[in-house]
Amino acid sequence: MDATTWTYVFVGLSFALYIGIAIWTRAGNTGDFYVAGGGVPKIANGMATAADWMSAASFLSMAGLISVMGRDGAVYLMGWTGGYVLLALLLAPYLRRFGKFTVPDFIGDRYDSSTARVVAVFCAIFVSFTYVAGQMRGTGVVFSRFLEVDVNTGVIIGMVIVLFYAVLGGMKGITYTQVAQYCVLIFAYLVPAIFISIMLTGNPIPQLGLASDAAGESVGLVQKLDGLSKELGFDEYSSGHKPLIDVFAITLALMVGTAGLPHVIVRFYTVKKVSDARKSAFWALLFIGILYTTAPAIAVFARTNLLSTVSEATYTELPSWFKKWENSGLIAWIDKNADGKITYNGSGEAFKIHPTKTKVEPVFVEKGSVNEKGFSNERVLYNEPTDNTNELYVDPDIIVLANPEIAQLPGWVVGLVAAGGLAAALSTAAGLLLVISTSIAHDLVKRTLNPSISDKAELLLARCAAGVAVIVAGYFGINPPGFVAQVVAFAFGLAASSFFPAIVLGIFTKRVNRFGAVSGMIAGIVFTGAYIWYFTLADVAYRGTPDQFFFGISPQGIGSIGMLINFAVSITVSLLTPRPPKHIEDLVDSIRMPRAAFGKADAGPSHH
Amino acid sequence: MSNPTTEQARRLYWKANLKWLAILLSIWAFVSLGCGILFVDFLDKFKLPGSDLNLGFWFAQQGSIYCFILLIVAYARVMNRLDRELLAGTGAEEGS
Repeated sequence: MDATTWTYVFVGLSFALYIGIAIWTRAGNTGDFYVAGGGVPKIANGMATAADWMSAASFLSMAGLISVMGRDGAVYLMGWTGGYVLLALLLAPYLRRFGKFTVPDFIGDRYDSSTARVVAVFCAIFVSFTYVAGQMRGTGVVFSRFLEVDVNTGVIIGMVIVLFYAVLGGMKGITYTQVAQYCVLIFAYLVPAIFISIMLTGNPIPQLGLASDAAGESVGLVQKLDGLSKELGFDEYSSGHKPLIDVFAITLALMVGTAGLPHVIVRFYTVKKVSDARKSAFWALLFIGILYTTAPAIAVFARTNLLSTVSEATYTELPSWFKKWENSGLIAWIDKNADGKITYNGSGEAFKIHPTKTKVEPVFVEKGSVNEKGFSNERVLYNEPTDNTNELYVDPDIIVLANPEIAQLPGWVVGLVAAGGLAAALSTAAGLLLVISTSIAHDLVKRTLNPSISDKAELLLARCAAGVAVIVAGYFGINPPGFVAQVVAFAFGLAASSFFPAIVLGIFTKRVNRFGAVSGMIAGIVFTGAYIWYFTLADVAYRGTPDQFFFGISPQGIGSIGMLINFAVSITVSLLTPRPPKHIEDLVDSIRMPRAAFGKADAGPSHH
Repeated sequence: MSNPTTEQARRLYWKANLKWLAILLSIWAFVSLGCGILFVDFLDKFKLPGSDLNLGFWFAQQGSIYCFILLIVAYARVMNRLDRELLAGTGAEEGS
């Protein structure tokens, strides 16, 4: 069977599994729908959190980004894992002890303020929508790359599946589906990594393969890659290039942002008891860590394979994966010196930005639906060639997608990778959609606008909200705002500058009051939002340039400063205004230590 | 339902909690932002024991993640012990 058939098989089987689980876990009340009844076993919860966290970006794009960035790729590796330590130590157990359903719940109750709750709701909805647009798009992209289905059709198929198990099962359905999705995605990520690790280093464990010597040689694989890179005029792989302060700021913003994302925080409301929240954070990071410690190895393996296979190879003799991904637009070649061989080196981009695009991307010449072909039968480009000697464009996304083929692994591995990519995208999309649905039905309607709504009516509203959210997300998946990547960076920056300080101050201080919290959140959001807007989303005529960065910090890292601003404003304003009332101080006490210390029983998720 | 703890016991519990947070978060910052970013060029002068890989590079890309996992393990153990000690003698269940 060829790779495409295997892809249909694995994708079909995995989807059938998710639907089966959805039917088995139908939600019966709001407690089930919002927090899975608070009864999820901690290891399962850890697995589900890991799948929820690892999106299409983690699975497909991250290794590719690292392979291009070299050592600086650590911003993503540390940034997207380090936040779990912050969650476990500073947030999860206290929020679980608080026992309600959502982040706006906590903010609204702790700061005794509907305004704070509503600000939190809108932040949660904005953060989740921006994120989910990217996931639906990712689903469409995986379908189009592997199943030769149009991207938009892929988005719609993804929407239908997510709609089914999210609306039917709510958090319970999503959680158990995510457990299955974790198993699929981790298996799909590790299998090619293990094979390639054996090929390049002789060590079957990819994490160890990163540090190993190249097979049959006495030099480290990374050292070898460094040498290969330098020979071809690229920077050394294992050294860094970004300014130190920017690396610092981005990593910090990502770590703190992780700890402030509502769809991650809510995972700690679903466990049985507080001590399980801490253990669940451990299990989550362990399961996430399995993928994240493999990613740098995959980046090194793939980059080594790419450089060795492609450099100075004759186009017509290249293996079939090259043509396949050229047809998908992930590779492009201009034969500048007309020698039929691919010159791939670090002298710069192979061609210039096409007038219709905003970054270096190939635009192929097509007469009708036929690609115009060049002398060696390569696809011809509209883009103008640059003056340097580099002839090749490689999209970083190819690293994970093409890895199995570059390594000549059997067709079923390719099918598995497709199923894994979809599992990653759908699991994250579902978690985000649930946050949106919960924010509307629970935080906005039940707790702010219409507290007398019955449980049954609230459940129905939550289901409808989930349905509408899927459709809106699907729309953005089909018509992505062109700037999805920057908007996701905004989501992290927003979480870092609004939720994280508000929650941490709420737990660890009694003095910060509603005025402080609201002004801090708004100051943090406005600063971070304006900065990101100015440098990435504003009209090109008014857009800022990198030399204007505040202390050299890029928009991706500005959330760190936004967080500091939030802390400063919250504390200052609180000190200038009255203390919170006694019952709030008692609330803070009650979440800081076991309820039994006050002679009370544990709070399960409260049923309103 | 069960005997509540004393005000003093609760205060000591919270102080111990804060102490451990300070220790663990310092290690967290040291390993990730420190070893992986601020001192990475210095650490690159050394190799990861048993391999040819630069130490700073290893910390930045893999080692810090292992440390994060160990930090959470340490935290969970410490807190569960503190919870048990606080509730000893109250006849209550730990981990609530």
